[in-house]
Amino acid sequence: MRYFGKKNTALTAGILISAVLFAVMLIGVFYTPYESSKMNGAEKFMAPCARHLMGTDNFGRDIFSRVLEGLGTTFFVAVSVTLFGSLFGVLLGAITGYFGGILDEILMRMNDALVAFPSILLALVFISILGNKVYQIILALGIIFIPSFARIVRGEFIRQKELDYVKSARLMGAGHFRIMFFHILPNTLPALLSAITVGFNNAVLAEAGMSYLGIGVQPPDASLGRMLAEAQGYLFSAPWYALYPGVVIILLILGFSLINEGLGA
Amino acid sequence: MKQIGKKTITLIITLLLISFAAFLAFQVIPGDPSLSVLGMDATEQQIAAYQKQMGLDRPMPVRYVSWVWDFVRGDLGDSYHYGTSVGGLLGDKLPVTLALTAVSFLFILGLSIPFGILMARFADTRFGRLVNVVNQTLMSVPSFFLGVLLILVFGLMLKWFTPGEYISYRESTTGFLLYLIAPAAAIAIPKTAMVIKFLRSSVLEQRKKDYVRTAYSKGNTDNRVLFIHVLKNSCIPVITILGMIIADTMAGSIVVEQVFNLPGVGRLLVSSIGYRDYPVVQAIIVYIASAVVIVNFIVDMLYRLADPRIREE
Repeated sequence: MRYFGKKNTALTAGILISAVLFAVMLIGVFYTPYESSKMNGAEKFMAPCARHLMGTDNFGRDIFSRVLEGLGTTFFVAVSVTLFGSLFGVLLGAITGYFGGILDEILMRMNDALVAFPSILLALVFISILGNKVYQIILALGIIFIPSFARIVRGEFIRQKELDYVKSARLMGAGHFRIMFFHILPNTLPALLSAITVGFNNAVLAEAGMSYLGIGVQPPDASLGRMLAEAQGYLFSAPWYALYPGVVIILLILGFSLINEGLGA
Repeated sequence: MKQIGKKTITLIITLLLISFAAFLAFQVIPGDPSLSVLGMDATEQQIAAYQKQMGLDRPMPVRYVSWVWDFVRGDLGDSYHYGTSVGGLLGDKLPVTLALTAVSFLFILGLSIPFGILMARFADTRFGRLVNVVNQTLMSVPSFFLGVLLILVFGLMLKWFTPGEYISYRESTTGFLLYLIAPAAAIAIPKTAMVIKFLRSSVLEQRKKDYVRTAYSKGNTDNRVLFIHVLKNSCIPVITILGMIIADTMAGSIVVEQVFNLPGVGRLLVSSIGYRDYPVVQAIIVYIASAVVIVNFIVDMLYRLADPRIREE
């Protein structure tokens, strides 16, 4: 792998941040210091301390436990959306880029129209149609993310299909399917990886933005965006309530954008 | 000219596709709008009468054509929830969102170009690398969280503005624009960081080209090479992402309006989705998407003006 061997600070830092967050998220799945929805009237608005690492909220709930759970939700949604979008995006991009023709023309025009919609707007529309359970949000965002992947993969396929290695594979009698997915696809990997990191970040932003607006993941599922919206009312008296979920969102995005930066170097 | 004609046709097709998608999306939603207006115990005659009144009994293609035609003439239909015309609802809120988008965009342009150049100029110094890290971090801050931070620091702690105390543009234009500064900054700062990064790497890319070596060999200074030779060429790829930035700025205003309690289109959209007020949602979608497509079209034209090499293609 050409990414290793030389010093790549951005990539190292990105992987480090993402790995730590991933580990913290995994721990959160199995163990949280307190039950995330347990209210405690005696411990409202406690500033961060040894007992409550990130303090408590207006119901006396432990913010650290809630951040852990929200991080899990965001991760789950973002990973599923990226998987869904990239899977169908790769399929569409490969077929349209490889074969071209009228199908390509039609799909690309539809792509243009879809790209015109700001993604959060489109997500809001899909959700008003599909509903706002976690799986419907994943489906809505996943559909929206298909074009961005399809476009990149299509471009790569168009560029690669004229190269000598494809021609020689064809001479050797390889079928279209084999050429597309065993010969060309592995060569699109660098572009695809970069698209995946960008897509993941956009998914995190979209999920957090929507739940901030109250249209995303619904209670009792904890979500970082919703915590931020709730915290805004207590901004002056309990700033930590807003700060911790926000900082976690930033770290999540920063980690992946550093990885993207490092991959491009 | 041929290119412009072709692009214009594509623009019209895209606009039609958008309108068709917006129309179709709300046709397939389960649930009958007549039931939500008349109530669950409406008789069949009442429903039939209502459908005839609203024109819902006609076949779908006919309804689509008449909807588009009404839309073009400015008749956007009536809101289910408020009972008033959608045009009236939007007319009040559109200026707020447009002003917010415009101010944010001015912020982005005004900040990113000088800073991008500065960062490219000092890219090799330790300070330059430090600023690059800060820039990368700013890029990762979601606009709504930045909005919350701005409220906390400048609104509550420094008391430079009163959060939530929105001043209407009808009352005072200056007050309105001053209130827009914080939300516009919340939208603009992450995007500015993105443009800066783009411009910086574009300048660094151009600096490797042969014409730069020639310029140096003719005895030009660093500054002269940067400003006279490199900058013009570096701006070309930046124009392409401006179209994308505009779409993002509009999307950003949907969320940031909520943070700062601004009565714009974004908040209307969010509340209308909550009420399942589809005519309003439909109109806003078509408006925003059309605006994005048209702005992209204009950017594309500018791009051709700026770089003769593209015109000849």
